[in-house]
Order: sequence, then structure tokens, then C-alpha cells
Amino acid sequence: MASVADNLMKLFRSSSNQPASPAAPHKLTRRSSGIGEISRLLNSQENLSVLDMGSTSANNIRFFTEKGHKNYSEDLLRASLDPALRMKDEEGKIVLDSKKFLEDNLAYPNAHFDIVLCWNLPDYMEESLVKPTVDRLWSVMKPGGLLLVFFHTRDAGPDSKCYRYHVTGTDLLEMSEIKLPAPGRSGEKESPRLQRVFNNRHIENLFRDFASIKFFLARDAIREVLVVR
Amino acid sequence: MDAPKGGEFALIGKSVVIKGELSGSEDLYLDGQVEGNIELRNHSLTVGPNGVVKANVTAKGVVVQGKLDGSINASERVELRQTAVVTGDLATQRIAIEEGAFLKGKVDVQREAGKA
Repeated sequence: MASVADNLMKLFRSSSNQPASPAAPHKLTRRSSGIGEISRLLNSQENLSVLDMGSTSANNIRFFTEKGHKNYSEDLLRASLDPALRMKDEEGKIVLDSKKFLEDNLAYPNAHFDIVLCWNLPDYMEESLVKPTVDRLWSVMKPGGLLLVFFHTRDAGPDSKCYRYHVTGTDLLEMSEIKLPAPGRSGEKESPRLQRVFNNRHIENLFRDFASIKFFLARDAIREVLVVR
Repeated sequence: MDAPKGGEFALIGKSVVIKGELSGSEDLYLDGQVEGNIELRNHSLTVGPNGVVKANVTAKGVVVQGKLDGSINASERVELRQTAVVTGDLATQRIAIEEGAFLKGKVDVQREAGKA
């Protein structure tokens, strides 16, 4: 029979936002109900096409390809920082060219992907690119396909760290902080800033063309949203 | 310069620009610019930190430290170092990606012959 101490240790290990080990203070782990649901699909079918829209992760590539699925990587947050996307609107304000963004990115045939991992992209990407990106995802996903997105709750502050997510188990993620090249400062890197917090109604509107939407509330100021195409 | 250690290899320096087909029967360290196709069937290609490659690559092993725009077909192994920027599809048996490397494309990890 497990001792009280063993049970307490299990409880601590399963808590969100605990360091993976004392030797790796920047790597955090969290349980993910969304990844749990996606794992069920990955384990029940073969040869699925998975699009990972986070920073390139060897872990994720290994996780999906070892199960016999096809992995596609596309780091859209980094792509959205391309200076070539900047243009002036009619009032002379600098805006991002969403048309060019979608010419250069997410260029796949219709109904191509079974699973899309969007992670926390909408919270950190320039707002004008969010809706066009979601609309393109609707086109490139298969009907019935699953889309996983993380949204911060309003408890999150503007300095909330931007993480990349590595899938390390059927419902377990490892998180490491993302730093991207700072615009105009050669060689320097900085953490992307949280651009906004979507409320539930905004999220439902964003995915209104999709078949269904399910929210999982986590303890670390994150809502996991699983959307069915 | 992080060139392959041991054995013989050909070297294309950072001031060299090549347009066209590149094939060989020895390992190649490429720190210049190549536009075309690269075929080193039983040998390895290393794209150095200054390397800019716009080519489809077929080799035994491929290590990328610089920029590669094109598909990679490696019969054994692909390594993307932290400075790598790769746009294209990868097909290989083993893949290693360092933190910070950028990959845009499909990864097809083929199982080794004889394994289920």
C-alpha cells in the first residue's frame, strides 16, 4: 500500500506549473485535458496529419511520428514578425498585411489536417492576423478534425510568459519559455508580450464556423479550448 | 568553424556561390551559397552557419547550421542545430533538433528496415 508520503509526492508531481526537476528550472510541466483528448484520437487511428503551429519541437515530432502519424511544423508567431508584412494603411498607420501572411503561410490543400495544435498563438499574435488565420485553419482542416488552442484568463497579466509546449505524455506537456529576435535590435531576444485576453464570447465568435467547441479550465490562468471542425 | 571531424570531406567556403547540380562521393561541408540540387547518396552534407542553400538535398546524413530552403531526403539522420532555418519537407530515419532551430515543413520519419 502506498504511504501517505508517496501519495503526497504524487499529488505534488501532478500539480500544474511545477518545475520538471531542480536541475531544469525553466522547464515546467502541466497536465492537459486537451492533449488527453487528442491522444485518444492519435491512439485510435493511423496515418493522421498533425499540424504543430508552435515553435519547432523535436519532442512533438517524435511523439507524433513514433505513432505513425505525419507531422507538419509551422511557427506562425515567428512568421508574423516578418518585417516584410508591415505596410501602411489609408491613414498612414503601420499595419500587417494579412493577405501576404496567408500567401506565405498555412498554404495547404483544403481538408488536409486531422489535428491542429495552435497552442497560445491567438493571445500573442497581432490581432489583425488572428481571424484570417482561424478562417484558413477551417479550410485546411478535415471535417471532424480537432483544433487545440490555449487562451489566458483575465487573471493573466501582460507579462505572462509565452511558452512553447512539448508533448511528453498522453496528457502531459512540458513548457519552456519562448524568446524571439527583438525587432531592430540585432542579436537580442525578448519574450513575446501577451496582446490581449479573449473572453468566452469572443472565443465562441472566433470559432463560430466550426462544428463544436469545448472549454477545459486549468489552474494556471489558461483555458484549453478544443474545437471540432 | 564546426566542420565534420575526422575523415576527408570537401569544403565549399563562404565566398563561393554555385548554381546547378552538385553531386559527390565524399562528405561535404558547405558554408557558401548553392542553388540547385545536391546529391551525396552515401555521404553527409553539413550546411555551415554561413551556408545558404536553395536546393533539394539527398544524402546519408544532413546537418544544418545555416539556411536551407528545399526538401531533405536523408537515408540515416538529419540534425538541425540551434541556428538552423529550414523551409521544406524532411524524410529520414532519425532526426535531432536543437532548441531554437526553425523548421517549416512536413517531417516523415521512416522506420529502419527490419523494424516493425
